[in-house]
Amino acid sequence: MASSLTTPAASTPGKVASLEDYFSVVGPSEVGEIRALANRLAGRSVKMVNSTAVGGGVAEILNRLVPLLSDVGLSCEWGVITGGNDFFEVTKAFHNALHGAPYDAPSQAFELFLSYSEQNLRHHSFDADFVVIHDPQPVALIKARNSRPPHWVWRCHIDVSNPNPLVWDFLMQFVPRYDAVLVSSPNFTRPLPISQYLFFPCIDPLSQKNQELEADFIRKTLERFSIDPKRPILTQVSRFDRLKDPVGVIQAYKLARKYKDCQLVLAGGGAADDPEGGQVLSEAREAAGDDPDIHILELPPWSALEINALQRASTIVVQKSLREGFGLTVTEALWKKKPVVASAVGGIPLQVIHKLTGVLAHSVEGTAYQIRFLLSNPSIAERLGENGHEHVRENFLITSNLKRYLLLFLTLSGGA
Amino acid sequence: MRVAIAPFEFFAAATLVRITGQRAHTLADLLENIRNCADASVFNHTFQSLQQHHFLTEGFSNDFAQWALASCNEPRLAERLASLDIRHYANLAALRTDLVHALETYLHEVPNAAQRKAFEPFYFCEAVTVAVPTPWQARTLAEFCEGLRHVSIHTVHYHFVAARLREPLTVNDFSFWFEESLGLKDLGDRIDLIDIYTNTLEGVRQHILEEATPWLAA
Repeated sequence: MASSLTTPAASTPGKVASLEDYFSVVGPSEVGEIRALANRLAGRSVKMVNSTAVGGGVAEILNRLVPLLSDVGLSCEWGVITGGNDFFEVTKAFHNALHGAPYDAPSQAFELFLSYSEQNLRHHSFDADFVVIHDPQPVALIKARNSRPPHWVWRCHIDVSNPNPLVWDFLMQFVPRYDAVLVSSPNFTRPLPISQYLFFPCIDPLSQKNQELEADFIRKTLERFSIDPKRPILTQVSRFDRLKDPVGVIQAYKLARKYKDCQLVLAGGGAADDPEGGQVLSEAREAAGDDPDIHILELPPWSALEINALQRASTIVVQKSLREGFGLTVTEALWKKKPVVASAVGGIPLQVIHKLTGVLAHSVEGTAYQIRFLLSNPSIAERLGENGHEHVRENFLITSNLKRYLLLFLTLSGGA
Repeated sequence: MRVAIAPFEFFAAATLVRITGQRAHTLADLLENIRNCADASVFNHTFQSLQQHHFLTEGFSNDFAQWALASCNEPRLAERLASLDIRHYANLAALRTDLVHALETYLHEVPNAAQRKAFEPFYFCEAVTVAVPTPWQARTLAEFCEGLRHVSIHTVHYHFVAARLREPLTVNDFSFWFEESLGLKDLGDRIDLIDIYTNTLEGVRQHILEEATPWLAA
């Protein structure tokens, strides 16, 4: 088994790397405040470590965050651990187990995990002032901590509130050795002897998925998928996964449709290479029947602009998940000022404050009712969308994330 | 034009949220935790929540009231908790006492509500606030207005809302400076009346600018 720690190019050509690029989104005062905070940390060094340079939400965030930390005057390095397929099979199983799935760990799983961790430890140094380890895969790198403070924090992006005890107990030999744990929601926490801070996930308002689009591009996208731009559009963007309940969305649409004319778009990916995804997609197609107003779109991973266009064209965005992490598709919809009808699960209630920044529902019937309500009350829907946009601007943008890291570093180093 | 002896320095405040581990599943839990939580928690769920939801004028602007309504379906209690106006408190101990009193009274009146399980737990968090100076300073009212137009709503919250817990107590920084440094007590008094509960923080900023405009020639 071969392993090494690599440093990805944090910013590829053409991508945003300067805080000033966000002037138009958050305003010069916010940019100035971030710089004022960063000035207190000028010259300090940060090392971020995760398990993948591309793909997945964490890599997406780091790809923006690392250049921004450098831009505000910190020396920021991004390391990626590597391992063989056997390592990532184990960490994938750990991931599911930490979400509460049953897991009969093979006897060698923990040894394999530790063995790869040792290899990664040998391939890199950790002499930055602040080391941020993302998710469980590199958690054992805390072994490199020595007497010189740097400050070590573990950013846990997943919900560990009800973990499989076998895996959690294994991780507990490492987690308490950190200075702090950063979690996405208060209800994702476990009792720990170290501080836990609230770090919301975030979206980048300048990314392809969230940037402003020309009306013409949106129109053409609808045309391409044969969606009528003149009639209300309900959209759920999610991979075809039972936990996203696409069949439930179709049932809610059919109930709402009895009262209000509308179309439904289910846009997502993940079906081609995922046997269960294919099954869920089939079930959704079967539930849709021959209704020409239900558009089930299986999109490839490079469809950020199309997803952006579909969200922007929507009258209402639905997220009827049965379980959810934080739910960044909700964040994306709120940022686009869309009224959102969403399930009260995972991190969604942090974003959708019922009747203030969107509406929450707990069933197919409730989802259908809220859809009817918003279609019948466009001024309320508009106000929810506006509030949702401000809620995201305040809490869930990459600039807020940057600010939180600066505050954390100041707090850890006694500079707060 | 009046020139202040001491300039007004605009600060920006940023807040990190620490999750304490205390949580309430019932109103009885909430009461117990409010009695025992750190001052930083009381601050976070009352003063700080005004900033976090600064763009809203609806809903209850403290987290306890919002939870009583949204998760416990107790609107009467929610209204009582929301009616505690943070402007009237010189310290968090007094605010905590009144929060406890409101809960005790309600649970005495409606004892069945005490152990009813809430739809979602309440998680107690603490605010860790860092204040940093902005480039904006003012020696005159005109300079003050110019600065106020440019700072963020976090600065407005820091000086107009959170300031009431700093010396001198129960007064916002703007009103204090108007009176002490510019001799404009009437303007300070008028600004202090601006309702932070029925305005967004952006609305507060606009009201201050409107109130100050007639005094610019003074």
